[in-house]
Amino acid sequence: MARRAGALIAAGLAFLTLGPVGIVMMQAGEGALSSADYAALRFTVLQAALSALLSVACAAPLARALARRRFPGRGVLIAALGAPFLLPVLVAVLGLLAIFGRAGVVNGALRGLALPEVSIFGLGGVLLAHVFLNMPLATRMILQGWQAIPAERLRLAQSLGFRPADHWRHIERPMLRDVVPGALLAVFAICLSSFAVVLVLGGGPSATTIELAIYQAVRFEFDLPRAAMLALLQVTVCGGAVAVAAWMTAPGGFGAGLDRALELHPPRGWRRLADAGVILLAAAFLAGPLVAVLLRGLPGLMALPHAVWPALMTSLLVAVLAAPLAVGSALALALGRAQGTRWLEPAAMLPMAGSQLVLGTGLFLMIFPFASPAAVAVPVTVLVTAIMALPFAYRMLAPEARALVADYGRLAGSLNLRGMAALRLLVIPRLRRPLGFSLGLTAALAVGDLGVIALFATEDGATLPLVISRLMGSYRMTQAAGAALLLVICAFGLFWICDRWGRGGTED
Amino acid sequence: MKSLKFAAGFLCIAAPALAETPVLDVLTYDSFVSEWGPGPAIEKAFEAECGCDLRFTPAGDGAALLARLQLEGAKTTADVVLGLDTNLTAAARATGLFAPHGQTPALTLPVAFDDAEFLPYDWGWFAFVHNKSLTAPTDFKALAASDLKIVIQDPRSSTPGLGLLMWVKAAYGDDAAQIWTDLADNIVTVTPGWSEAYGMFLEGEADLVLSYTTSPAYHLIAEEDDSKTAAVFTEGNYMQVEVMGKLKSTDQNDLADKFLAFMLSDAAQSVLPTTNWMYPAKTPAEGLPKGFETLVQPSKSLLLSADEAEAARPAALDEWRAALAR
Repeated sequence: MARRAGALIAAGLAFLTLGPVGIVMMQAGEGALSSADYAALRFTVLQAALSALLSVACAAPLARALARRRFPGRGVLIAALGAPFLLPVLVAVLGLLAIFGRAGVVNGALRGLALPEVSIFGLGGVLLAHVFLNMPLATRMILQGWQAIPAERLRLAQSLGFRPADHWRHIERPMLRDVVPGALLAVFAICLSSFAVVLVLGGGPSATTIELAIYQAVRFEFDLPRAAMLALLQVTVCGGAVAVAAWMTAPGGFGAGLDRALELHPPRGWRRLADAGVILLAAAFLAGPLVAVLLRGLPGLMALPHAVWPALMTSLLVAVLAAPLAVGSALALALGRAQGTRWLEPAAMLPMAGSQLVLGTGLFLMIFPFASPAAVAVPVTVLVTAIMALPFAYRMLAPEARALVADYGRLAGSLNLRGMAALRLLVIPRLRRPLGFSLGLTAALAVGDLGVIALFATEDGATLPLVISRLMGSYRMTQAAGAALLLVICAFGLFWICDRWGRGGTED
Repeated sequence: MKSLKFAAGFLCIAAPALAETPVLDVLTYDSFVSEWGPGPAIEKAFEAECGCDLRFTPAGDGAALLARLQLEGAKTTADVVLGLDTNLTAAARATGLFAPHGQTPALTLPVAFDDAEFLPYDWGWFAFVHNKSLTAPTDFKALAASDLKIVIQDPRSSTPGLGLLMWVKAAYGDDAAQIWTDLADNIVTVTPGWSEAYGMFLEGEADLVLSYTTSPAYHLIAEEDDSKTAAVFTEGNYMQVEVMGKLKSTDQNDLADKFLAFMLSDAAQSVLPTTNWMYPAKTPAEGLPKGFETLVQPSKSLLLSADEAEAARPAALDEWRAALAR
C-alpha cells in the first residue's frame, strides 16, 4: 500500500519539480553556461559542503549532551532549536549582524578591550550564518537518533559495564552511521540553493552561488534555457549528494524495544563539564541573534499596518493546508523506501535542490495559458510550499520508518495489519515523535516562506513574508521588523503545538 | 417553471456583466501597490474621473516586472506597464509589446527625455546616503581612497545595483574598472536588493549606502528624523528615470491613454514624492512637499540612453565582477 502510494507521490513530485524545469528549458534563449557559472558552481558546492560538515560537527556533541543530561530548561531549549530554522533569511541575517556585525555586540566588546575587530563578511560569515540556521535542525535530527535507541540496549550496556569507548563503538557509532549522513545531506541541500545569506554575508561577487546566476538569467537576461540548465546543474549536484549519503548510511540495527523508560547513568567527571559547556555555548550562540530579532521587532509590533493581518491569515491558511500534505506524502515515501523501493529516496530529496525561481517560473508558464495566475495563487502556494517542505519531513521520518519496517514489518504482515488500521495502531504511535516534529517544521516553514507567491500574488492576496518584503522595500524597516517578529511568533507557535504533540507532552 | 427560474437566475448573474465597468489592468512593482505606496491614492483619484475599475497587479521589483511581462508575452492581460527604469527600457522595447504613447507632456526632468514608447512618471538621483555627522567624500576617487565602508546592491539582481554600474561607466568610461578595483576594499558587502543594503546601513553596518538623494526625505517627513543626508559627487550623480508604457495588445486603448495622461497630472504627481519618495516627472502646480527643499541637489546629472545602457551592460558587468572577485 505504502509502496504504491509512495511511487505515485514520487512520480507526481518528479513531474512537479522537473516539469517546470523542462518547460523553462523549452523557451527561446541561448542556454549556454559560462566560465563564471562554473566558478559559481565551485563556490556553491564548497560553501554547502563546509556548512554541512560544520553544522553536523557542532550538532553531534550537542545532541549527545541533550540526550544524556537532564536539567531545568531542557525542554525549552529543545523546542527553541526549531526557531532559527524558521526565521525568514533576512531577519536571521540582521539578527546575526546585531551580534557579529560591525556595530554588533561582539565587536563592541572587542573595541572596549582595545582588541582588533572581526569582520563577519566573507566565507566565514556565510558559514557562521549557515551553522546558525541549520545546526539546530541537524541537532534535532541526531537527537532523534539517540532517543530512538531502545532502552533495553542501553540497559544491556550498563549491565555489561560499558566504558565510554565501548559505548561509542557499540551504540553511538552505529546510531550515527544511520542518522548523520541524512543530516549532512539535508544541510548540504539547503545550503546549495541558499541565496540571500550568501550574497549579503559573502561580501562580493566572489561569493556567487548558482541560485544568483539563475536570478540573473531569469530577470536581466531573460535567458530561460540558461536558468533551466543552471537549475539542472543544482539538481545534479544534489543527486550526487543523495547517492553519497545513501552509500554512507548503514542501518543502526538496534532492533525493537519495549519502550520502557530508562534511568540515565551519564558519565561523570570531565565529561559532565564538557556536556555543560557544549550546552551553554550552543544556547548562547543561538539565543544571541534570536534576542536581537526580538528586540528589533518589539517597537514595530505596536504599529503594524493593516495589510499585515489578512496576510497573516493567508500565511496561516497555507501552513495548515500545506503541512499535512507534505508530511502525509513524506510518510508514504519514507515507508515505501523502508519497504525496499530505493528510487523513492532521490525523488523525495529532489525538491530541496530545485530552484524556487525556476519552479515558480515554470509553473507560471504552465498555468498562464489556462488561468489567471492571481486566481490560483493560494492553491499554487500551498502545493509549492508542500513540495519544498517535503524533503525535510522525509529526512526526519526516513530513519525511524526504516526501523519500524525492520522491527514490526513481519509482525504486521503476519497479523495482516494494513491500511488505516496499520496507520492508526502501528505507524502513528511509533512515529509520533518525528511526525510531530516534521508537521511543526513544515507548518512553520510554510508561514515563513516567501516562495513563489511573488509571481502569483495579487493586490490583496499577499502572504506575510511578502508584506514584510514590501515594507522593507519602502523604508519601513521598523514595521518590517515588527511584522517579522509576528511571523516568527506565529511560525514558532505552530511548530511548538505540533512538536509538543509529537513529544507526547513529556520532557523528552 | 424550472427553466424560468434558471433564466431569471442567469439574467441576475449576466446583467451586471453586460453593464460591467471597463477594467484597466496595470502591471507594476510591489512597493507601488502597498497601502503605504502611491497605488491606493492614485487608484481612488483615477477611478473618480474615469468611470472604470483600475486594477494593479504587483510583480516583484522593476527587473522582475520585465521578466513577468516577457513570460506573459503577447497573451498578457495587462494594458499598461508601470515601473521600468531606463536601464531596462531597451530590453522592454525589444519585446515589441509596447505601443507608442503619442503624448508630449512638459516634463521637468533635469535632462532632455524623449521616448516614443515610454513616458517617465518619476525620477531620482542615485547617491550615497549617510549620517550628517559624517563628512562624505565628493567623488568616487575620494571615496575609494578613504577607509569609509559602503554597502551596494548587486547589479545582477537589483536595479539600483545596475544603476551604480552605469553611473561609474558613465562617469569614467574605460577607467571604470580601475575605480571598481580601488573601491573593492571599501565595499562591506553586495546585497541582492535595495532593502537589505538600506537595512544594513540603518543598523550601522556601513558608513554609506547606495540609495537616492530623496531617501533623507523619508526619514525627515515620515519619521521626523533629520540626521540623514546624501553625498553629491562632482562627476555628477546618475539618474534613475521610472517609466510607464502602453501595451499593443490592450483592449482599453483610450482608457490606457487616459491613465498615462493622468499619471502626469497634478493629482498623481503630487502623490508620488511622499509615497514613492522620488521626484515627480512634472512638478505639480503646488510645488514639492515641505521637506524636499532640504535635499541636496547634484549640479550635474548623468544618464545613459536606453540603448547605450543596454550596450554597455555586459562588458561593465564583467569588469565589475573581475574587479571585485578578489
